[in-house]
Amino acid sequence: MNLTLKVWRQKNASDKGGFREYKVKDISADMSFLEMLDVLNEELLEKGEDPVHFDHDCREGICGMCSLHINGKPHGPSQTTTCQLHMRSFKDGQTITIEPFRAKAFPVVKDLVVDRGAFDRIIQSGGYVSVNTGGVPDANEIPIPKVLADEAFDAATCIGCGACVAACKNASAMLFVSAKISQLSLLPQGRVERKERAEKMIAQMDKEGFGACTNTGACSAECPKEIKLSNIARMNREYFKASVTTENV
Amino acid sequence: MSWVTKTLNSTLGQKLLMALTGFFLILFLVVHLAGNLQLLIPDNGESFNLYAHNMAINNFIRSVSIINFGLILLHVVYSVILTKHNKKARPVGYAETDASTNSTWASRNMGILGTLILIFLLVHLRGFWYRLKFGSPDKVLLGDTEVDNAFIIVVEAFKNPIYVGFYVISMVFLAFHLSHGFASAFQTLGINHKKYTPLIQKVGLGFAILIPTLFAMIPIVMYIQSL
Repeated sequence: MNLTLKVWRQKNASDKGGFREYKVKDISADMSFLEMLDVLNEELLEKGEDPVHFDHDCREGICGMCSLHINGKPHGPSQTTTCQLHMRSFKDGQTITIEPFRAKAFPVVKDLVVDRGAFDRIIQSGGYVSVNTGGVPDANEIPIPKVLADEAFDAATCIGCGACVAACKNASAMLFVSAKISQLSLLPQGRVERKERAEKMIAQMDKEGFGACTNTGACSAECPKEIKLSNIARMNREYFKASVTTENV
Repeated sequence: MSWVTKTLNSTLGQKLLMALTGFFLILFLVVHLAGNLQLLIPDNGESFNLYAHNMAINNFIRSVSIINFGLILLHVVYSVILTKHNKKARPVGYAETDASTNSTWASRNMGILGTLILIFLLVHLRGFWYRLKFGSPDKVLLGDTEVDNAFIIVVEAFKNPIYVGFYVISMVFLAFHLSHGFASAFQTLGINHKKYTPLIQKVGLGFAILIPTLFAMIPIVMYIQSL
C-alpha cells in the first residue's frame, strides 16, 4: 500500500508545532500501525532527518504505552490499541492524520509523545491497597462472589493508555479513575480504604486539570479494553458516600 | 473550605448540582404541561383562567415558583462553570475528530441546546409571565370573582405563525436536551444498574418525545383554532 501521512511534528513542549506530510510506499497490509511508522522513521533516519517520536512498549496491547489520535480517533478506527491496529484497516492511497492525544493534563513532550504522568499521580494519591498482603493466601480463604470478582477484573483490565481522555470532548479522565476506584472498592482488600481513596483520587484528578464528564459515552466506545460506563456511576456513588460519611471535615 | 463546599466545588459535585437541578426541572415540565393542557379544553378558557388564578394566589405555589427560578439559574450558572472548565481541559484541539461514531449528537451539544432553550425561556417569560405580572391584563368574571384573562393573552399570541413556529422549534431543542439529560442525570447520581438502566433510558427517550410533543401541540392547535 502507498499512503500519505499527515503527522504532527513538535520539537518540544514550548514549540508551537504543526503538521508535516510524508509519503510511505510498499506498506504491507499485515503490518501494525507502529511498524508502518517504524518504516517511515527508517527512511527519515537514512535521509538524516529527525524521526517521528511516538510512545510504544510491549506492542502486544497490554501495557498501555502506545497512544496516537489517528483519523479523528484515539488508537485509530478499530477499538484496540494502536500497536494492535493493522494496516489492513486502511485503504491504498489513503491520507492518514496522526495527532498526539490532546489534553491540558497530557502536555506534548515531542511530536506524538505526550506526558501521561497525571495518571500516575492519580494512582499515587490513592489507587493502591496499603495493607501488607503477605504470602499467598489459601484458596477461598476470603470469599468473593464470582459476580464481583468478574466486575473487578473487568475494571482492572484498564491499561491506563488515556484513550478515554483523548476521546472525551471535555478531556475528562473519569473512565480511567472510575476503573481504578471500582477495581479496588469491589474487592475486600480494597474496601478498607475505599472512602479515603475516592476522595483523594477525585481531588487529584481535578488538580491535574482534567475536564468533567457529560456522559456522552465516547470514552467507553473508544476504550481498547471496553471499560464500562457503569464504573463512572460507581465512582460517583463512592465519592458522594465518602463525602458525607468520612471523618475528614 | 468545609467538606460541603469542597464536595460541591469538585467536578463531581458540580455535576451533581446539574443533575439535581435537572431533575427538578423535569418535574416542573410535567406540572407545567398538566396546567397548560387546560388551554385546549373547549370552555372559552374558563378552566385555564381558574387554574392561572389559583396558581397566582396560592402561597405554596408562589414559593415553589421562586425556588424554580433559582434552580433554573443554578442549572445555567453551573453549566457555564463546567463548560468553561471543560474547554480549559483541552487548550489545543484536534485537527480531525470523528465523534459521531462514539456518541450521540445531543450528548455532545447539551450546552448549545441549553442556550437555545434559555433564549426560548426568556421570550416565553416576556410573552406571558411578565405581561400577567407586570402588565395590565384584561379581567374576566369567573363565577363572582374577577380574575386575569390569561387565556386571551395566549390566544392572541398564538395567532402569529412565526411565534407558533418558534415555540415548536424550541420544543424540538427541548426534546434533544431531554433525550440525553434525563438518563444522564441518573448516571451522574450513580444510578446505573443492569436491571434499571435500560428502563431509565427507554423512559427517558419516551419522556423526551412525549412531553415536548404535547407542549408543541398547544400552540399548533390554538393557531388552527384561530384560523
